[in-house]
Amino acid sequence: MSEKVYDVVVVGGGPAGLAAALSAKENGAESVLILERDHELGGILNQCIHSGFGLQWFKEELTGPEYAGRFIAQLEGTGIETALDTMVLSLDAQTHTVHAVSRTEGFRSIRGRAIVLAMGCRERTRGAIGTPGMRCSGVFTAGTAQRYVNMEGYMVGRRVLILGSGDIGLIMARRMTLEGAKVLACVEVMPYSGGLARNIAQCLDDFGIPLYLSHTIVDIQGDRRVERAVVAQVDEHRRPIPGTEITFDCDTILLSVGLIPENELTRGAGVEIDARTNGAVVRENMETESEGVFACGNVLHVHDLVDYVTAESRRAGAAAAAYARGERAEGGEITLKNGAGIGYTVPQRVRVQNCEKGVDVFFRVRAVYDGDLRIAAYSGGERIAAFRRTHLAPGEMERVTLPRAILEKAGEEITLCVEEGAT
Amino acid sequence: MRELVCIVCPKGCRLRVDEENDFAVTGNSCPRGAQYGREECTNPTRVVTSTVAVSGGVHPRCPVKTNAPIPKSKMFDVMAALDGLVIPAPVALGQVIVPDVCGTGVDIVATRSV
Repeated sequence: MSEKVYDVVVVGGGPAGLAAALSAKENGAESVLILERDHELGGILNQCIHSGFGLQWFKEELTGPEYAGRFIAQLEGTGIETALDTMVLSLDAQTHTVHAVSRTEGFRSIRGRAIVLAMGCRERTRGAIGTPGMRCSGVFTAGTAQRYVNMEGYMVGRRVLILGSGDIGLIMARRMTLEGAKVLACVEVMPYSGGLARNIAQCLDDFGIPLYLSHTIVDIQGDRRVERAVVAQVDEHRRPIPGTEITFDCDTILLSVGLIPENELTRGAGVEIDARTNGAVVRENMETESEGVFACGNVLHVHDLVDYVTAESRRAGAAAAAYARGERAEGGEITLKNGAGIGYTVPQRVRVQNCEKGVDVFFRVRAVYDGDLRIAAYSGGERIAAFRRTHLAPGEMERVTLPRAILEKAGEEITLCVEEGAT
Repeated sequence: MRELVCIVCPKGCRLRVDEENDFAVTGNSCPRGAQYGREECTNPTRVVTSTVAVSGGVHPRCPVKTNAPIPKSKMFDVMAALDGLVIPAPVALGQVIVPDVCGTGVDIVATRSV
């Protein structure tokens, strides 16, 4: 093991890791190391060549490579070290040691006073959703196709069907159309889209691509390559309805059916995981239940917008720097619980003493709601806060800020819920 | 009355544009939404992003964009103008790849260095 102990070791050099490292440095960490398995920094932003990033953070519209490039440029002169082509194999959450391997350095064990987990997420595959049919070639996850088209320069198909209406699938519908493919349809099993409304408008509607809600693929046919896909409507239990089948002659199927935080390292280290987010359980400063180990970005919960990843990761980086110089958060914890309509919250636990002004709570709802809505917070049977909304959807991450004064009034638990109708 | 989803930011406001009343916009939550609604009904524009081939670089492709929105009707013309283009490395972020693409007065620029 090398003698050097870094103040902060960041696992992952995508938008979360970059923001965490920069923030750790700005907040007093003397030595910061980013470990990245790819040959360059920037993560998945490098293949997201479309624009729409940075509207919140930079107040201008940037492409993915430009957004990443801004942070990579900021590293210069900070003294933040980076180790590229370096794969972290395991983490010891007690000693804050990461075990990593690379072609140039071989196997290394690296210690940090604090660790930031920023490994991002990966796509759900055909195997994960159990789509029936032949095992022919031509079925890709949307992000894999995005990498082939945008970075490697390969066209993945000519007649394309998209399963799932997540943002990557919608973005790829437009991208494939602009590159000369015919995108036949986007098929979504739920009665609402999983992507942002603006992406339905500018990626499907702009090109006349139909969106079939409450539909799914019931068969994929083809000998060596996909030749056709059969789509059927589903009932309220997501079971195909016989007689509603539509056959599409296509050579390619792109899957945009959800993202899963990539937490093999986290699980291997015994860090507590929340089954709802598939990410670590964190407190108000993004610290996991393993002391000195922080998590941020899509490894923690899947975000819609990279701008929010940046903000969250800056909090993680600052907290990791504070931990590295010996500051310890104290005081009792409030557990945030899901009430009616709430899918998950991040953070899951809050130490009031550690909240200067309050805490931003991020969450997703379980269904689409429209009308006069409230996000209500209850503690000990009493409603302690309510926030007005007119539209809520699972595809759009929501945020409420619980001020410190309200947290101080709360007991050991706060339950968030969705309420319909003015109250 | 035309109904639109605003694409200016991720909020996705549902706009109503009154074509008979000087394209007055309602449903927007910021001035950019009003501007988008008006322009979408009079002269719709989009930023186009794509890639061009690079020779001698670490990557085979360089991502590019129009450095301002172009008329929506010219999106496929712009894509055709990029087809077959090969630029030599090194490419700098912001470098003009095609000036005044398709007579739009807008340049195609690189969105990363290669």
